[in-house]
Formats: sequence, structure tokens, C-alpha cells
Amino acid sequence: MGFVWNFPLFTIVLSLFSGVLCTVLSGKKAKIYTMIYEVILIMMTGAVLSYTMRTGQSFTYVMGEFPAPWGNEIRAGILEALMAVSFLVIMLCSVIAGGRYLKKDLDESRINLYFTLINLMTAALMSIIWTNDIFTGYVFLEILTLTSCGILLVREIGRTTLAAMRYMILNLLGSGLFLLGVVLLYDITGHLLMVNMHQSIVEIAKEPAHLPVLSIALGILTIGLAIKSGLFPFHFWMPDTYGRATPTSAAILSSLVSKAYILLLFKIYYRVVGMEVLKVLPLNRILLILGMCGIIFGSFSAIRARNINRMTAFSSAAQIGYIYMGLGIGGIAGYTAAMFHILAHALTKSQLFLTTPRLAEVSGDRLEFKYMQGSALKCRAAGRTFIISSLSMIGIPILAGFSSKLLFGVAAVDSGSWRTVIAVMVVLAVSSLLNAMYFIRTMVRIYTDPEREKTPDDTDGEVVTAKEPGAEQAQEPDADDEERPYEGQTTGLDYHLPMIVLTAGNVFLGLFSWVIVDLIQRGLAMF
Amino acid sequence: MREGFFKWLDGDYEAMEDFLDAAEVHDEPREAVKAHRKVLVEAADQADRAVVLEEKCRRIFDRLYLAIAVISCVTLIGVLLFTVANLPYFGQENPRTVEVVRRYVEDGLHETGAVNIVSGMILDYRAFDTLGESHVLFTALICVTILLRRDKKNMRKGYEDYYRITADRFFAVSNDMILRKVGLILIPMIFLYGIYILLNGQNSPGGGFSGGAILGAGMIIFAASCGFETTDRFFTRRFFSFASVASLSFYSFAKGYVFITGANSIPNGIPKGTPGAILSGGLILPLDIAVGLVVACTMFGFYSLFRRGSIGSQEV
Repeated sequence: MGFVWNFPLFTIVLSLFSGVLCTVLSGKKAKIYTMIYEVILIMMTGAVLSYTMRTGQSFTYVMGEFPAPWGNEIRAGILEALMAVSFLVIMLCSVIAGGRYLKKDLDESRINLYFTLINLMTAALMSIIWTNDIFTGYVFLEILTLTSCGILLVREIGRTTLAAMRYMILNLLGSGLFLLGVVLLYDITGHLLMVNMHQSIVEIAKEPAHLPVLSIALGILTIGLAIKSGLFPFHFWMPDTYGRATPTSAAILSSLVSKAYILLLFKIYYRVVGMEVLKVLPLNRILLILGMCGIIFGSFSAIRARNINRMTAFSSAAQIGYIYMGLGIGGIAGYTAAMFHILAHALTKSQLFLTTPRLAEVSGDRLEFKYMQGSALKCRAAGRTFIISSLSMIGIPILAGFSSKLLFGVAAVDSGSWRTVIAVMVVLAVSSLLNAMYFIRTMVRIYTDPEREKTPDDTDGEVVTAKEPGAEQAQEPDADDEERPYEGQTTGLDYHLPMIVLTAGNVFLGLFSWVIVDLIQRGLAMF
Repeated sequence: MREGFFKWLDGDYEAMEDFLDAAEVHDEPREAVKAHRKVLVEAADQADRAVVLEEKCRRIFDRLYLAIAVISCVTLIGVLLFTVANLPYFGQENPRTVEVVRRYVEDGLHETGAVNIVSGMILDYRAFDTLGESHVLFTALICVTILLRRDKKNMRKGYEDYYRITADRFFAVSNDMILRKVGLILIPMIFLYGIYILLNGQNSPGGGFSGGAILGAGMIIFAASCGFETTDRFFTRRFFSFASVASLSFYSFAKGYVFITGANSIPNGIPKGTPGAILSGGLILPLDIAVGLVVACTMFGFYSLFRRGSIGSQEV
């Protein structure tokens, strides 16, 4: 047992301490401290990742002097370490790239509280990733819920407050259902530790009398986590929540928080229930169908959106649908695809949510498409990152989105049921088409010069007359800088560095997907 | 439709107005929104029939909504009742489900040194969960602070809040003579009771959460009956941050130490003491005090933030 074994514990306890510490620091110091601390955390989790890769097996860490079923326990393997590293990297990138907007959106006296919440959220994410105990999962789920409402509220404009209230009510409903599920499971199994629970559940599944209770408990638990992560019928809170939050919060909420809930659900399915018992229950099929509905409806809503952040948020709903579809397909291949998509979507969506505010900023802080015409010409860097991340969302080869779609297809073929294969293939094709429709349209919009379109020579008369009022309105906000048309905002290192990291991650997942797939599969084997 | 679609692709939103997301709020200047609303209202006044139709639709929707809500609630109740009916009976010996509990009950006393098994369980066996739980309270307090704390941004004159807070100062409850006198008699007893419960958590029912809640309630009664001027003499913002930061960091580090020594099987050298004595149960007593402080500070912090928008004296 090496010193590395202690690192998962450090990531949790030190994050909790950092959160408390940030309340007494000034805003600026809290920010610098948080960044340095995140780098240290990345190194620690990286060490855990390399250690588990070297030894080839996971380790359990007893929390305190009492062994497993009586005390708490955390467990680290390749998959957990991989998730932890990527979550922390994305979090650091979001904090750096969104820092500029924190100053604008937040009152100065609240900046240190914001970083308090960020650190507490890190602790919660880490514990949900490492935990081997379902109740510890619940406790830190609560912290995650509260911190995510907090980082929404900080913007203090009416709409974010409203969105945060709605988000909180739904999230508390989700937490309540999850707790109910945990209580029911505890009642029939007598354990809270995941491994022991699994043994009890395998025994219970043999007696048909207990099966209804088991499926109801799991169903309630699944509904709770589905509400929290935004699976199809419960996705309506997403656009308001992500659309108006400060960019760092939007990126973190969409790419990390909803994924953490899914990870916990996956942990319960894979480690607590186990694949054999899961086959007996109808849960997989329901998740598959809901995931598919989520993909289609999310994409349609994204097409209907008139505002770039709402579009991105609805696209998140669709992507969450993909992950649930992977869980629903089941089997090692399905779970691999789902885990891979968690990484791919987290990288891409955080990049999108950090890019759109830059585009909005050069078009006069407007998020509607009609005002954003030509915004990428004013801020070239943001335009580039937007193109990369949207292409990844659509699923263009060499980017992460393509690999994950390929993996979903492979998983469907592996599942062996022809109905699943057809359904998944059709959904993948249709959703790629829909994604392409709204993303490519947005790309064209932001790269179209509003000045050029106004001259009647370029287009035929009919279109111009139809467009005249829209074009005039588009010109209105930046009427005063007519002399210097393309002078947009400058992008400094605080934008380029995170974007380079995220883009590199995206391309790596696309080009060398087999490395990650191999890691995930080794992780699943020891999970 | 087809023509409209291509126009939409070109960025012309009016062409597809019927299809686009109606729930979306426009990000237009406030005056424009108001003017637009005014136009809408005028138009609606003119077209009475449309309004009536809309009312009808809304009524149908409301009824449908109610029906669906009732049906889903009844279904949930039914499902949960069915589940409860199928659960194992309370107190029934079931070899599968008693393994964990048996050790808590039988060996809890000599393993943790606490007579109160619940305290031993939450602060020793499952201390990690409690560590998280005390930070849940802290997180909630931070969120409420973010939402309610007064600052330059939300304290501008002419704001509704401003007058409410001013009014609160004039008509404060602390002007009430009866409340004041009764409070002065009750408060010392409440504090004494709270401290007793807090310090005796390892020996009798109670502990950090319940003792802290009583202390916090005592503080709230104190502030309500004697006014914030009295509590501000000792419960300043500095005191608050010191108490919460010190107790939470103590909790994190003390428990971190126990976790690390326990996992690396190094003896941690914390004496268990004689069960029943006040200094027993190893770390349970100091942890109880830490948790109690956090709970009390959180409760009073909530009250103070809701009542006047700050913890401690004025911060604006």
C-alpha cells in the first residue's frame, strides 16, 4: 500500500477545507488559491490514475479504524481516476476562461463565496466519483445540489434567481426520491456499502416475492437521478438554468454536475445491482426509450430556439439522452460508450458554453441569433472554438463526437437484439442530421457579415425585401462603430489556454479514442 | 412552409414565428419589452373573442394539469403503500439485514467508548457521512448569504427591500415588553439546556446537531426579544467566520487524521476514556462541539440574513 492510496481522501477532505477557507479570503486571493489548488488536485488524481494503470487493479480505502460494512469506504480504479482527472481539468478550464465574466456578473463581495462553492462542489464531485457507499453518495449529492443552485444564484438578476429556484425545487424532488430509493434498498438489503448490497441483491433477486420492491426502489432512485441530470421528460429546466447563468457556472453545470448524477446512477446499476440482475428488471428498456426520446426532442427544441445559449442547453438535453441510451443498451459495450460520451460531451459542452458569451459580448451582450450575425468575424478566436466544438457535437470524424457515436453504434450491434440495432442507428442518423441543422446554421450566421448582406447586389430582390427589417435590427446595437467594423474584443491567454486544452482533449478523444476506450474497459473490469 | 424554412435558415425568424419557441424570453431592452407588451394588451382588448378562446384553453389546460397532478400523486401513493406493505416487518430477525446493526449495538460501546450508540455511529463508524452533512449546512448558509446579503447592488434607494428593512427597525418585535421579559427568563435556561445536550452527546440522546439546534434557537429568541444590538455585541461577523471556519476545519483535519491513521493501520493514540464519563468516546466530544457550533451559527445566520440581510452588524 503506497502513499498514493491516500490521495483520493486528500482530494475530498482538502477540498472541503479549501471551501471553508475561501470564505475568509478576499475575492482575488480566493480565485488564485482555487486555481493553484485545482492544479495540485489534478496532479494527485493523475498520480492515482497512473498508479492504478500500473498495478492493474483498484484499491479500497477504509475511512477510519472500522472495516468496510461498518465504516465508510472509498474505492479508486482506472475509471474513477480517469473521470476525476478529466472533471478537474474541465473545472479548472471553466474557472479560468469564465473569470472575465465573474468580475462582470458578480458583486465583488461575493467572489470569494463563489469560490467557496466551487471548492465544495469539487469535494462533492470527487466523493461521488470515489465513493463505495451509497449513503455517502447521497450526502455529497446534497452538497452538489446546493452548490449548483448557489453558483446559479450569484448572478443576481431576476431570471437567474427564478431559474435557480425552479432548479432547486426539481433537484430537491430528485434528492428526495433518491433518498427514498436508498432507504428502501437499505431496508431490504441491510447494507449501505455497495459491494455488500450487491451480494444481498443477488440473493433477493432469486426470490420472486422481493422483486417488486427491488424494482420499485430502483425505479424511484432512477427517476430521482434522471430529474437531476435532465433525462427526457424532465429536461425542461435546462434552457433557463444554463441559458442565463454566468459562463463558468453554465459550463460546470452542464458538463460536470449532470454527469456526476449519471455516474452515481451508473455506479448503482453496475456495482450495486449488477448486470445479471439488471437483465431481469425492465429498467434498461425504459432508459433506452427515454434516452432516444430525449435525443430527438432535445434536438427539435434546439432547432426552435432563437437564442444561442438556449440552443446549446437543449443540445445538452439531447446529449444526456445519448448517455442514457448507452446505459439502456447495457452490456460492457453500452457502458463503455456511455462513459466515453460523458467525457466527450463534458469537454465539448464546456467549450461551447465558454465560447458563446464571447460571441455575445461582441454583439452587444445579446444572445439572440438575429443580433449575433457576424459576431465570429469580430472575435475570431471564439469563432474558431465554436466551429470545433459544434463539429464535434455533430459528429465529424477526428473529433470526440464522432468516436462516441461510433461506439454507440458498435454497442447497439453488440447488444444482439435487431430492434435495438435499428432503433439506435435510426436515432443516431436522425440526431446527427438535426444537430448539423442547427449547428451549421449557427456557424453560417455568426460568420455572415451583416454589412455585406445589406447591399442588394448580392442577393435577389425578393429575399432582400423580406430581410430588410431583420437586417436593420441587427445593425442597431453596433451602429456607433460603423467606422471600425471588425474591432471586437481581444482574447488573452485566459481564453486561449483553456480552449487549447479543451480542443486538444477533444481531438485526442477523436483521434486516439482506442486509448480511452481501452482505459474505460479496463476500468469497468475492475470497477 | 418550405419557403419559410429556407428563410429561417437564412436567419429570418419572422417567417417561422409559429414554429419557434414561444416560451423563450426576449433579451430586448426593457422599454421595448414594455412597449411591446402594451401593444399586445391593446390588441387583446380589441379582439375579445380571441381572449375568450384563450381563457377557455387555459381553463382546459388548468383542469388537465390538475387531473394529471392528482392522478400521478395517487399513483405514487399507491406504489409506495404497496412497497411498504411488502417490506420486511419491523424488528423481524432477518439474518441478511442485521449483520451491520448487530455490531453497532453489541460492540459499539467498547469500540467507540460512547454510551449513546447513535453518537458513536454517526461520529465514529460513519464519520465521513457526518463530515459531509455538516458541510451541507455550511453550503446552505453560503447560498442564503449570496441570495440575501445586503450590498450596494441590492440596497439602492427606491428599492422595495430598503423600505421593508427600515420599517422592520421601527416595528421590531424587540419593542414588545412581554416578549422581552419572558425572553430574559427563558434564554439562560435554553442556553444551559443546549450546552448540556451538546456536551453529553456521547452519554445520552443528543449531540452536535440537536444541541446546536437548541443553541441556535436560543440565539434567535435572544435576538428577537432583545434586539440585534444586544447580540451584535458578541455575535459579530468576525466571530461568526471564526467559529464556522475553526470548527469545520477542526472537523476536517481531526477526521482526516483518523481516516489516514485508520486506513494505514497506524494507531491514532486517541484515548477512549471510561464510558459514561464526560471525557469519553475519543473524538466524539470535540466533534460534537464543532458540529454544534456550526449548526448554531447556521441557524442564527439564516435568521439574521432573512431579517436584516447581514450576519453581524451592518455591512453596507
